[in-house]
Amino acid sequence: MAGRWKSDLNWSDVTPKAAFMNRRQILAGGAAALGATALAGVSGPAQATLGAAPSKWSMPLETNSYEEITNYCNYYEFGTGKDDPAANAHMLTTEPWSIQIDGMVDNPGDYGLEDILANVSLEERIYRFRCVEAWSMVIPWVGFELKDLLDRAGVQAGAKYVAFETVLRPEEMPGTRSRVLDWPYREGLRLDEAMHPLTIMATGIYDEPLLGQNGAPIRLVVPWKYGFKSIKSIVRITLTDTQPETSWNMAGPREYGFYSNVNPQVDHPRWSQSSERKIGGGLFAKRIPTLMFNGYEEHVADLYAGMDLKANY
Amino acid sequence: MIDSLNTVLRKLPPWLLYIAGTLPVVWLFYAGATGGLGVDPVKAIEHRLGLWALWLLIATLAVTPLMKFAGLRLLQFRRALGVLAFFYVLVHVLVWLVLDVQILSQVWADILKRPYITIGMAAFVMMLPLAITSNNWSVRKLGAPRWRSLHKLTYPVAILGGVHFVMLVKGWQVEPFWYLGVIVILIALRKLPKRARRQAAG
Repeated sequence: MAGRWKSDLNWSDVTPKAAFMNRRQILAGGAAALGATALAGVSGPAQATLGAAPSKWSMPLETNSYEEITNYCNYYEFGTGKDDPAANAHMLTTEPWSIQIDGMVDNPGDYGLEDILANVSLEERIYRFRCVEAWSMVIPWVGFELKDLLDRAGVQAGAKYVAFETVLRPEEMPGTRSRVLDWPYREGLRLDEAMHPLTIMATGIYDEPLLGQNGAPIRLVVPWKYGFKSIKSIVRITLTDTQPETSWNMAGPREYGFYSNVNPQVDHPRWSQSSERKIGGGLFAKRIPTLMFNGYEEHVADLYAGMDLKANY
Repeated sequence: MIDSLNTVLRKLPPWLLYIAGTLPVVWLFYAGATGGLGVDPVKAIEHRLGLWALWLLIATLAVTPLMKFAGLRLLQFRRALGVLAFFYVLVHVLVWLVLDVQILSQVWADILKRPYITIGMAAFVMMLPLAITSNNWSVRKLGAPRWRSLHKLTYPVAILGGVHFVMLVKGWQVEPFWYLGVIVILIALRKLPKRARRQAAG
């Protein structure tokens, strides 16, 4: 099949869990996780630890390897190179972790990560991931619907938007010492986008807890939007009635819109968005066509009915 | 110090530079094909070739100031440096065309529509006459003054190359500004009098 992506990597190529788990996570994982860790360490293939259930929202696609997903990342807080996050993100302390939920909610406050996870059930969501830079992957996320968390916080009637903020700790995030962006990293969604069942808060990949470079311990995933909308390492969620400021839009309003829906017909000013390079295809991989709303058109097109998507890029 | 360095340099044949300068390109494709450049080898090769081309342009531009202000004689290597810079840009353009964009109609659209590509392309086109005339026969045929003024195209080529780099990165990154800054300084140094050299000698 033309353009079909093939990988010669398999589960035996995945980094043994013992090699990448840091000590803190192992200690916190408890006896059961420790057992699984030890097993995974000797047997090679990673063992299921999060126990995510399959989901009807998953796409029947061949996923990228764990190596690819965890070593090719944009996370400018840890450096602008694609391999910088994998090299530096271990510096980020992810325990304890809590998310401050505030603004137009009935139950504002600090929500501890364990408390958040105790009230949701984790699902595996195999999603396409399309970067604004015109490369893509398929990633088996583990997470829960953002709606579950927002319902718990109690969204008030007048709220129209959800604003998100990434943690900012210059001593742990070397990239924030230069002002590539106006830190902290900020993102936002319209409330109906945030409430959509495809929109998830992810805590894992391949049934393993997220690594720092992928946005540990908890991040947003909005599969029909360019990757930068899926904000990482979230510490704050604010419900508001005005459209929130978003980092890339602030840095380049002409290049990065608030919506940033994947759209092959609306080019980035500096490159075409009509096709993409699927990561993992090697030197001679063919480009593949980019799909409207990244292949999620049937599920999300309604959200934008009647909207000029060229003007609202 | 400088004098003994010059003596050593005089014994080095410039063709060594052509061989040494070609090896990294061979290595780059080998590493890209065997997974040594990470999971996105096309981008890695493309970026590295562009970066190395800028290094070579900077090296070419540094020859005159180094002679003027430090007395270091590298003139015999300048042609090789310039031709290698062109070679790197050529392979950079080919990788972009064949391995990255792939679709010819989109290549044209990109050249016309996207300023950083237009600028990069302009620099590449301006390098063509320089590469073609980088031989003794052309110097004789054109006459030294005309040949020299033609090869002043190197200045806009290097500046456009630096601007191309500044424009292609996302956000405000420092690295490309370093390259552009060094290029501008090396060109500006040509306008300065030889004072430093005379002081060093005196």
